[in-house]
Amino acid sequence: MKNHVWRPLFIVLAIVGGILITRTLLVPDDFGVYERGYMYGWHRKSNEAEWQKYPVKYKTATVCRECHKDKYEDIKDSPHGSISCENCHGPNHDHPKDPLGLNIDRSRGLCIRCHAYLPYKDNIRGKIPGIDPEKHYPQQECVMCHYPHDPTRSNPKHQKPEVKS
Amino acid sequence: MMNRREFCKKTMIVAGGLIIPLSALEVFNPKRLHAEKDGEGKVRWVFLVDVHKCVGCGFCVKACKIENDVTWDANVTRTWVERYVVTKDGQTLIDSPKGARDGFVTQKIDQASHGLKEVKPEEIAKGFFVPKLCNHCENPPCVQVCPVGATYQTGDGVVLVDRTWCIGCGYCVMGCPYGVRYFHPELHVAEKCTLCYHRLSQGMLSACVDACPFGARRVGNIRDPEDPVTKIITTEQVNVLKEEFGTKPQVFYLGSSREVK
Repeated sequence: MKNHVWRPLFIVLAIVGGILITRTLLVPDDFGVYERGYMYGWHRKSNEAEWQKYPVKYKTATVCRECHKDKYEDIKDSPHGSISCENCHGPNHDHPKDPLGLNIDRSRGLCIRCHAYLPYKDNIRGKIPGIDPEKHYPQQECVMCHYPHDPTRSNPKHQKPEVKS
Repeated sequence: MMNRREFCKKTMIVAGGLIIPLSALEVFNPKRLHAEKDGEGKVRWVFLVDVHKCVGCGFCVKACKIENDVTWDANVTRTWVERYVVTKDGQTLIDSPKGARDGFVTQKIDQASHGLKEVKPEEIAKGFFVPKLCNHCENPPCVQVCPVGATYQTGDGVVLVDRTWCIGCGYCVMGCPYGVRYFHPELHVAEKCTLCYHRLSQGMLSACVDACPFGARRVGNIRDPEDPVTKIITTEQVNVLKEEFGTKPQVFYLGSSREVK
């Protein structure tokens, strides 16, 4: 048989060989089948560690309490005691090392997440003291009158304006 | 004409050439297949949602977005809260504005192209909130369809995406019956809830669990019989979403309703 008949075969073999060599070079060593088997566990193992190293931003109220014991005492028995500090004061990140400090959310939008009244009687939301955000002092920040750490007390930092609700 | 010597030579070349691609196929290993079936570790993370306790404040969504660097202003989120309002004439209205990132602050229900719908309080039969997140299924269909092995399940049951390996084909986004996957707007790879794998692996709880003031969200280890979450799942009436799909979801719902899909 003439050479030109064989030539395509050699080209195909070269391509297949080339692909196999590139494959071994490109696929990481730890790529394989792990705990969950071929169908669910076929992956690069070191990626698990990469996800584990993802930085934690919310360090939880337990960490806040280590330094801010007074604030913990202030809030612990109030109806707001179950709210994590970081929900309003912003995520810890690297506080207190981080010079930017925390970004405290004093906005109305934060309070009405729970306190905008919704008429769902059998849901806890319907029982939380609620307002109509469009009618209840629409231009004011809630913290002007209400003390966020303990809503049963009025805000000591501000004077309550003499207006009826 | 070919002589015998030449014939033998050519035969060997062809046979040798055929062997190379064959060696690329993995050899069937019954031992490994067996090991796949029962990978019994000490930890299997599960999630528990108590629908009765959720008030739709959306602190979970906010915490998740910040903790996991999910683009704040893009309309994507790893977890979201749905509001269900069932009227007395049997209508079910569902909405989740921005995935409830800013909570539910109005009685008007977002009906997309039909605008905002306001239901009179006396017409409401029931209203409730349902947090949703990745179900970390025992049979995750999103993982099966990945052509490159970029998404996978860890030994402790968490479904993750390898961001360096994902080619962005979108099969997994389509494959998930719960719609929990999306494309990361900045990284352009498939993105989903990791159950805060970085927090769980250092003994912390998922960010949404820590952020929930009402204890509506909990995470636990189903292989630990002493875990309070395990005790609730094994002794109380819990439900899962879309059981008929056979995905064996591992997010359990307490107090769910038939309107919840």
